[in-house]
Amino acid sequence: MKSFHKICALQDIPQQGARVVNTSAQAQAIALFRTADDQVFALDDHCPHKGGALSHGLVFGGAVACPLHNFKVDLATGSALAPEQGQVPCHAVEVRDGEVWLAV
Amino acid sequence: MRKQRLVLIGNGMAGVRTLEEILRHDPQRYDITIIGDEPCGNYNRIQLSPVLAGEQTLSDIILNSEDWYDANGIRLIKGVAATGIDRVQRTISLATGEAIAYDKLIIATGSRPFMLPIPGAQLDGVLGFRDIKDTTAMIDAAAKYQHAVVIGGGLLGLEAAHGLKQRGMNVSVVHLGEWLLNRQLDEQAGRMLEQAMRDHGLALYLGQTARRLVGEQRVSGVELGDGTVLPADLVIMAAGIVPNDGLARAAGLKVQQGIVVDDTLKSSDPFIYAVGECVNHRGISYGLVAPLFEMGKVLANQLAGCGKQRYTGTTTSTKLKVTGIDLFSAGDFMGGDDYDQIVVSDPKGGVYKKLVLKDDVLVGACLYGDTGEGAWYYQLLREGRNVADMRRDLLSGPREVGDAGTAGANRAAALPMDAEVCGCNGVSKGTIVKAITEHGLFTVEDVKKHTRAGASCGSCTGLVEQILMSTVGSSFQAAPRQKPMCDCTTHTHAEVREAIRNQHLTSMDQVMRKLQWRSADGCPTCRPALNYYLISTWPGEARDDPQSRLVNERMHANIQKDSTFSVIPRMWGGVTSPAELRRIADVAEKYEVRMVKVTGGQRLDLLGVKGSDLPAIWKDLDMPSGMGYSKGLRTVKTCVGKQFCRFGTQDSTGMGIELEKALDRMWAPHKVKLAVSGCPRNCAEAGIKDVGIIAVDSGWELYIGGNGGIKTEVAEFLIKVKTATEVMEYSGAFLQLYREEAHYLERTVHFMQRVGLDYIKERVLQDEAGRKALWARLQQALALEPDPWRARDGVAADQFAALPA
Ligand SMILES: Cc1cc2nc3c(=O)[nH]c(=O)nc-3n(C[C@H](O)[C@H](O)[C@H](O)COP(=O)(O)OP(=O)(O)OC[C@H]3O[C@@H](n4cnc5c(N)ncnc54)[C@H](O)[C@@H]3O)c2cc1C
Ligand code: SF4
Ligand code: FES
Repeated sequence: MKSFHKICALQDIPQQGARVVNTSAQAQAIALFRTADDQVFALDDHCPHKGGALSHGLVFGGAVACPLHNFKVDLATGSALAPEQGQVPCHAVEVRDGEVWLAV
Repeated sequence: MRKQRLVLIGNGMAGVRTLEEILRHDPQRYDITIIGDEPCGNYNRIQLSPVLAGEQTLSDIILNSEDWYDANGIRLIKGVAATGIDRVQRTISLATGEAIAYDKLIIATGSRPFMLPIPGAQLDGVLGFRDIKDTTAMIDAAAKYQHAVVIGGGLLGLEAAHGLKQRGMNVSVVHLGEWLLNRQLDEQAGRMLEQAMRDHGLALYLGQTARRLVGEQRVSGVELGDGTVLPADLVIMAAGIVPNDGLARAAGLKVQQGIVVDDTLKSSDPFIYAVGECVNHRGISYGLVAPLFEMGKVLANQLAGCGKQRYTGTTTSTKLKVTGIDLFSAGDFMGGDDYDQIVVSDPKGGVYKKLVLKDDVLVGACLYGDTGEGAWYYQLLREGRNVADMRRDLLSGPREVGDAGTAGANRAAALPMDAEVCGCNGVSKGTIVKAITEHGLFTVEDVKKHTRAGASCGSCTGLVEQILMSTVGSSFQAAPRQKPMCDCTTHTHAEVREAIRNQHLTSMDQVMRKLQWRSADGCPTCRPALNYYLISTWPGEARDDPQSRLVNERMHANIQKDSTFSVIPRMWGGVTSPAELRRIADVAEKYEVRMVKVTGGQRLDLLGVKGSDLPAIWKDLDMPSGMGYSKGLRTVKTCVGKQFCRFGTQDSTGMGIELEKALDRMWAPHKVKLAVSGCPRNCAEAGIKDVGIIAVDSGWELYIGGNGGIKTEVAEFLIKVKTATEVMEYSGAFLQLYREEAHYLERTVHFMQRVGLDYIKERVLQDEAGRKALWARLQQALALEPDPWRARDGVAADQFAALPA
């Protein structure tokens, strides 16, 4: 059963940046992204192309560009932006009173 | 003695060109008056098509501004029509009532659109396509109305249709012929063009006549021969042109669908000459500028008193100025029973080539899709040379034809010197090459100015560019590309740089707002570029934005394929010490680094480091960052030089260390590498570095723009200097110029190719004060840069560590 856990304060994630969460619940680390307008998204930290760490990518609009070969992934859905194809698992995440809660 | 009065009626392309040629021969000979009924100086009528399509503006196409008329002592009577010629008194009457006396008169009144005499032709919204007035009327109509019908699928009709389509109208073309451009293309090429035009969104009605125009005050439709009615708020008649010979006819000159002239361009009156589209020469009226300019040349030769040349007619060739469509035809391209044809046809690939031969002589060519060899065929055609021995390779162009070409060289290089490059102005490759070498030209614009090649219809610009490239090599400066930085903006790199500088923009927000970025916060292409432009233009003022840097620069380490990092401490000039080595070894062991490797730039690389360990490693290393990850100064490679080497003439190691210290932490449009060698044996490989320095007995030679990347580029010699201080100043000034003016991700070699080596020499060598200022600006900027490893607290150190769940 997944449940929401408090992870950090919104301020701990840089705007247009990301932080990685290590969880024992799954083998793959999860990346928390914060957009310029303070939305927070959570995706597996694993690019569908060759497994690059998306958390090191450049966040723009509602997407992130993988640092290895510039594969672009939509943060809200986890799907690659055309023309690329691929899907990154997404996780439920919420910001409550300036705190980030992640479902793991 | 009073100067002879030379009067020109018609301030258009052929007439003014003739005067220009006369002025070139003998600027003092005549008192010149021009009567023109258009309201401005003369302009490049050909370019009205790109103006209509929104690719150029009216001010771009002015050929001679009014200053030019003044400067040459020409009286320009503009916006006034000539209404009569009195051949006995030798005067011209004007619409204003004034009379102008002449000793010699040139009539160059051009032609006017042939307006089909069908019902409704007088309605509002029915236009020809001839002058600025028509063009602006079309542009205005496109803003207001939806449906346009172009009558005539010839060159002019298609350019009009393309332009109106570009301006957002629904455009139909009604064409009598079975295929488009049926006077310029054979059926097969015509069909390919047809497909391209349909793809472009035009509706085509081929083999159709326009019977009637419908409408009350303004036109509302076009009725075709088969009864179909096409909706139309705008109708362009492009069904042909009629020579403007009314004045001449009324004055009793011999006129026959054009003013009849002999081979010296003289009309039936010995004091009156005529050039241009209003002329009938040997039964032909030409509608393209190439023959008209040729006429102009001959007439100028006559009027300047040389009187040797004769005009004997011109074989014309055709090109269409619709972006994305390449076609070329010349001569007798239809062929027939007595002719041989060589044809390649690949409709799917969009390429069609047909060569027509008669008795082993090329008499016609029709090319679609790939027109690169057009100039060469045109040349063969006009020479009438026997091509029996090259028939087999004729289709592949001059490169394949034995001694005419060198293997691997491009088309331009293979072109013989007497080949005509610019058809409009009759400019040969030889003329262009001569101008380039004599005047040291580097840009297509300059070539245009000096030779006129490419100055009219512009379709030879590509070839001119190639000739420039093959003549001046890498110093060639490409025409400014209009390519925007990325999809977020319509602005080019150069425009953005300029805006940041001129409008003093210091933040990304400001740039995006002022330049109307289409996206809220940019993309991975523009953000790193903008960030660089900001901090390099306003050091100390613009704030660096780590989130707009790619991972390597954000993390100050190199990301590897498994998302671990590699760390390269700086070893000045490649020199280290036992203590440093010990420290590096300790760090490598402590953090279980997977590999220690010497890099191509003489540094030690620690590979396989976990991202979260980075801050601790930097601390333990206690060395400055090697910036081996940055778009900025990487290394200064050195050889051992005079200190140890038996050949060394100077202290190359010391020089390298000094340079590296001076340039440390220098961000740049792309990575920058330097090398210093102690003698011409060049053990540090300075010949393929952005700045390479080679010691010689009497000082140092500086080379710039080398690159050992994907395509190895050998550096160009810049200057030889005597002292180490000069090495610093010249290298630094060049690098600062590069920092200030290159586009993001442009290596020095590409920057150099774009602006030309001469420009760099001008800024760095000739302009002493400028050089010193550049060097000073670089030093100021660097003084403000912290070492990223030591400033790590500022870069949100907690980002490196993972969060617990
Ligand atoms: C839209 C368009 C695109 C074209 N594209 C190409 C192309 O790609 N390649 C090419 O080779 N050619 C092209 N042409 C044709 C080329 O422009 C003409 O061949 C050339 O301009 C003819 O020169 P001209 O001097 O004979 O006539 P014009 O340039 O037309 O000059 C004649 C001038 O005389 C003036 N005039 C006429 N009567 C009087 C009078 N009674 N009193 C005072 N002034 C008078 C007219 O207003 C005009 O200014 C194009 C033409 C148009 C309209
Ligand atoms: S470049 Fe010359 S001075 Fe330097 S190591 Fe080689 S041989 Fe010696
Ligand atoms: S691993 Fe992400 S783009 Fe290649």
